[in-house]
Amino acid sequence: MNHPSPEELAVDAGRRLAELLALGRPLTTKERLAIPVQEMPAQDPVQRRSNMHEVALGYGPEQARLEALRCLQCRNAPCVAGCPVRIDIPAFLRAAAEGEFQQAIDIIKRASLLPAVCGRVCPQEVQCQAECTVGKALKDRARAVSIGRVERFVADWERAQGHVRRPEVRPATGRKVAVVGSGPAGITVAADVRREGHQVVIFEALHKPGGVLMYGIPEFRLPKRIVRAEIEALQAMGVEVVTNFLVGRTRKLRDLLEQDGFDAVFVGSGAGLPRFMNVEGENLVGVFSSNEYLTRVNLMRAYDVQHADTPIFRARRVAVLGGGNVAMDAARCAVRLGAEEVHLLYRRTEAEMPARVEEVAHAKEEGVQFHLLQNVKRILGDEHGRVRAVEVLRYELGAPDESGRRRPVPIPGSEFVMEVDSVIVAIGNDSNPLIPRTTEGLRTDKYGHIVVDERGQTSLERVFAGGDIVLGSATVILAMGEGRRAAAAINELLRSR
Amino acid sequence: MERASNRIVEKRRLADEVFLMKLEAPWIAREHRAGQFVIVQLNEDYGERIPLTIADADAQQGTITLIFQTVGKTTHKLAELEPGECVQAVLGPLGRPTHVAHVGTVVCVGGGIGVAPLHPIAKAFKLAGNRVVIIIGARTSSLVILEDAMRAIGDELIVCTDDGSYGRKALVSEPLRELCLRTPRPDQVVAIGPPIMMKVCAEVTRPFGIPTIVSLNTIMVDGTGMCGGCRVTVGGATRFVCVDGPEFDGHQVDFDNMIKRLSAYRDQEQAAHERCHLELAARRAEAHRP
Repeated sequence: MNHPSPEELAVDAGRRLAELLALGRPLTTKERLAIPVQEMPAQDPVQRRSNMHEVALGYGPEQARLEALRCLQCRNAPCVAGCPVRIDIPAFLRAAAEGEFQQAIDIIKRASLLPAVCGRVCPQEVQCQAECTVGKALKDRARAVSIGRVERFVADWERAQGHVRRPEVRPATGRKVAVVGSGPAGITVAADVRREGHQVVIFEALHKPGGVLMYGIPEFRLPKRIVRAEIEALQAMGVEVVTNFLVGRTRKLRDLLEQDGFDAVFVGSGAGLPRFMNVEGENLVGVFSSNEYLTRVNLMRAYDVQHADTPIFRARRVAVLGGGNVAMDAARCAVRLGAEEVHLLYRRTEAEMPARVEEVAHAKEEGVQFHLLQNVKRILGDEHGRVRAVEVLRYELGAPDESGRRRPVPIPGSEFVMEVDSVIVAIGNDSNPLIPRTTEGLRTDKYGHIVVDERGQTSLERVFAGGDIVLGSATVILAMGEGRRAAAAINELLRSR
Repeated sequence: MERASNRIVEKRRLADEVFLMKLEAPWIAREHRAGQFVIVQLNEDYGERIPLTIADADAQQGTITLIFQTVGKTTHKLAELEPGECVQAVLGPLGRPTHVAHVGTVVCVGGGIGVAPLHPIAKAFKLAGNRVVIIIGARTSSLVILEDAMRAIGDELIVCTDDGSYGRKALVSEPLRELCLRTPRPDQVVAIGPPIMMKVCAEVTRPFGIPTIVSLNTIMVDGTGMCGGCRVTVGGATRFVCVDGPEFDGHQVDFDNMIKRLSAYRDQEQAAHERCHLELAARRAEAHRP
């Protein structure tokens, strides 16, 4: 596929925008629908295969304004209902279309704390953009208004101005809240609770704050400087961040409440226990969870062989198992680390893949080979206990299952062998058992997820939870939504105490 | 929150390649129980995270004692730090504590650096009212560590070396077998050391049906359950050393698989180790230049 260069895209957008602005009147629906979807400028696929820099380069102001002009400003705003944190999307798009970028970002920030992150990693096509009237009118969801790209632009624009507006912090209340985990849920709770004037301490088990934004999502999809900026913004608000501190082990959750003077605790420790498949050979040398592979690459920076002490397995032929964003991230990391062949195996079809459409497209452009309706039956090893191949079984789609997706049914006798030297398992996570195991009375469900009520309250008084430790493997924006809800409940509790 | 400084308050060389380091780490010291470990990182930007066992902890003083062997880049660099300097990151205490109960006679077997994590466990079993017999072994006399500390705990102490340069010339499994043949038999065995030693000890006790705990030290990144790099096969099921262990039933562990998994990065580790020795040598040469 041939993409126009970022310069070409900007020039074309600038010309169209000037024409439309020259009309000197609001655009008609027909005119708005006639504006082509603004393509995301991207690094050339051949070049990016060997670097870790961001792939999607972001709109310039012309493309952002033009894309925002495509919004019909529907009065019923179906997009807002599709957004887990209910951003006033038509309002921010209108401001962006007028070139009022500060106003646009201010509107977003009323609802979302991490626009630069969410603009990059939200699965907009199944959230706000799924409901977009433009996409429906054009009978193509892919041609909905690119809400996320405009969001990203205004967030980046504000950062580039060098004066990112911070929420105001109310006078100190003397109340103290502990936030366990510094991922999207924890960041959200910390900011919302701190705003009310409460003291907030975030406890992070790893050496760098940011959670999945740091260890999981690769640099080429979410530059770490953006995550760092978000954490620094929290610190500037007065939030204290303590790294290398594992609640449950370094200190019990109950001790935080009963001895250390915290008035409430929010648990946002994430879905931290990789799932394996229970197939023969999964503990051979060369089989990794996507968590391990991505953590080595992202958090430990193993891609920087010159500087990093953490080694990464030198894979030549890789099989990645799974069809979500994490599988795409792992496959694309393997490409960048020099694998000759990267095969992605998924037991349903592309239509059922949970990964964002954009990530699937990027992975293909980078040479990841997709094998659909296939799954690994067992992993074969050599005499040194190292992976030499996988035995693959073919599937076909049967009747829909409880998730509404058609159930993959194995085709007996369809097994074949694919030679690989490493396998990355990206089929999701179970709940980390650490906090439930070390916190008496904290209720969990049969999957080990912490049980909460509609306010994010757990079975223990003054203990709240949200994000993947409650939801299982979900998304950044859903974790944020959960965080907002729990923060509101915590603020209410502290007001009444 | 008061922060842990991880300041080094004491450093001693116990053997050729074995160092003892006492650190100010009040949180870890307070929560530590026998059987647990820490993850250490010397440089938060590019350093690797390595698991090290806790040889002792003093909640009053707020210190923990680490004993480590210089086997790779990070342990070499750690050994270069001096009292007064700080270790950048120490996370812990990690893993489930040893289940310590009054069972009767407990034989604690430690091989090489494995004597270090065995120390708090032996102490805990003694405090729980057990008769504790301790076997410690090393390749050669200069590598025997914690002999005095172990003698102070054990009702009986047997020291062996592979080459016979000190104590009995034997592998630790030999006196273990003799103890198993005694009447009454030991009620429990704890074996910690190189994987092959733990495997052999588990094979020795298996026919006698004596419960045998082993403590595994595998490759780990985060140490909190997230990466799964530390996984081992125990009783046919996949278990994580960091959150399910580090201690497991020695009769159920697939040691052969574990030993192979430990070699996953051997080439890269060796290359880093060699580079590290070259750097050390260059630095020493520089220091001695007039």
